Amino acid sequence: MSLSTLTKPWEAMSYGFLDGSAKRELRRKILKSVAVPGCQMPYASREVPMARGWGTGGLQVSLTLVNPQTRVKVIDQGADDSVNAASIRRFIARVAGTPTTMDTLEADLIQSRHRIPEEILREDQVLVLQVPNPEPLRSVQPNMSIARQMHADADYGRMWLQLYEQIVRSGRVMQGASYPSLVHGRHVMTPSPIPRWDVPKLHMAKHLTILSAGREKRIFAVPPYTRVEPLVFSDVPYKIEEHGALTCTRSGTKGFFMNEIPQDDGSSAFEVSDSEWGVKTIRANDREAETRGETWYKDGEMPQ
Amino acid sequence: MTLMLEAPRIVETRPLLDVKGVSKSYGHVQAVRNVSAHAHPGEVIGIVGESGSGKSTLLRMMNLEEIPDEGSYTLDLPDVSGNLFKLDRFARRMLCATKIGIVYQNPHLGLLMKHSSSGNVAERLLVAGERSFATLRQAATDALNASEFPLDRLDAPPIELSGGMQQRVQLAKAIALEPALLLLDEPTTGLDVSVQALVLDTLKRLQQDRQITMVIVSHDLGVIRTLADRVMVMRRGEVVETGLADQIFQDPQHPYTQQLVHAKL
Repeated sequence: MSLSTLTKPWEAMSYGFLDGSAKRELRRKILKSVAVPGCQMPYASREVPMARGWGTGGLQVSLTLVNPQTRVKVIDQGADDSVNAASIRRFIARVAGTPTTMDTLEADLIQSRHRIPEEILREDQVLVLQVPNPEPLRSVQPNMSIARQMHADADYGRMWLQLYEQIVRSGRVMQGASYPSLVHGRHVMTPSPIPRWDVPKLHMAKHLTILSAGREKRIFAVPPYTRVEPLVFSDVPYKIEEHGALTCTRSGTKGFFMNEIPQDDGSSAFEVSDSEWGVKTIRANDREAETRGETWYKDGEMPQ
Repeated sequence: MTLMLEAPRIVETRPLLDVKGVSKSYGHVQAVRNVSAHAHPGEVIGIVGESGSGKSTLLRMMNLEEIPDEGSYTLDLPDVSGNLFKLDRFARRMLCATKIGIVYQNPHLGLLMKHSSSGNVAERLLVAGERSFATLRQAATDALNASEFPLDRLDAPPIELSGGMQQRVQLAKAIALEPALLLLDEPTTGLDVSVQALVLDTLKRLQQDRQITMVIVSHDLGVIRTLADRVMVMRRGEVVETGLADQIFQDPQHPYTQQLVHAKL
């Protein structure tokens, strides 16, 4: 037996870009984070050919999870066709040979920044969220060592102080994105910069959500059917954005999270933020095949 | 301003606060050596001594911020038992938040300078588990009112306030949960004399209204004389003399105390 029979032929890079040890590290930390919902697990974040802060954390998780059969969807601010989403999608397809899709229902793995798709995700789907700042306590406790101790003690009183300050200063809770939420009644996490609209979608969701911060080197997860409760005062209810009554100017769909587009005359037009949902609605309006799935929100309301 | 000087009360209750034989050293420096102290409910204990005599260390130990090398600490309160120095971090934090209030000399230690004043007070209740906005707001307003803080500055951050006002915010924060024990670490040092008198006046009134047990640390004998029922004199980490306030000021026994009293008066 010669040495060459024991080794693989030379390749320009490993399958899925990351080498075996990097993937093992990621998988171990993903398992750990699923085991302790909402708890931040430090991991050895690798270099990927993309700048830190552009989704390197999410990309590493995606590259670890894909196989040649995985259908990958990538969204950025709800859109599949923005530059960042397109280049991440193309990169995953090139290094892992995966089929890609824009359809939420067809996707096995969805990497996202800022949004959770409007259609309900299933048990067999995985959502990967890119997180810029994983530490919810940073704004109230700049010392990370003490913040970690506060997580250990579930000492989250100061998170409400932040909300108190916002109500006192502005009359309402101003936290627009990354709304701090209690996972499984134990750890407070920052659910990446998704709008308040999307946070209730994580509560008792059927799918697995993995949140990864490449620059901060932290990974955490919301396993399927896990409680995710936004922090609120007992007498000030949680409020989502008031987008329920807005209509998309391009597709005519109503009751979903919208992007505001300023017009020349000072007014604003609205366009549905989940671009693929808009595309599907336009197709349905043109009497093409109906491919829209069940949505979390119905008529701008989230059924309890 | 007239101060009501009361005769020292005769107490027959068990001491609320009981510190026995605490010692603490930092490397070669022995900060506190075998010090014992006790305070009965409603009593005001003054601790005087020069800088470096260990009085602040003793106070920090009473607030469970520091754990001594040896010694025990008990508070005679319902659902508090055993040596408090042996509590874990979690129990210690809960106890400090609900039973003990502290006012530091430097407001930066006790306050979040950029949050609102009412928020600083509300933080105490948040730590103790209160989650109703209306209750927090009301409790913060009440506590600030009790410490004679002008209510039109309710939501001003402490960094915009004067030193006297900052001390009042600290005081409101300390009394927000009606603690059994109030610790004061040089509460008026660094304030000018007229503001000092006003803060002392507030403290005196609080003490009369609420019968809070207080431990007040100061190098200013005037402050101690105004507030304290009983005085401990510390020097180089040891207690050199204890006694009723009048006794110490009129008839000091230990040479160091004599020096101290004569230097002042």
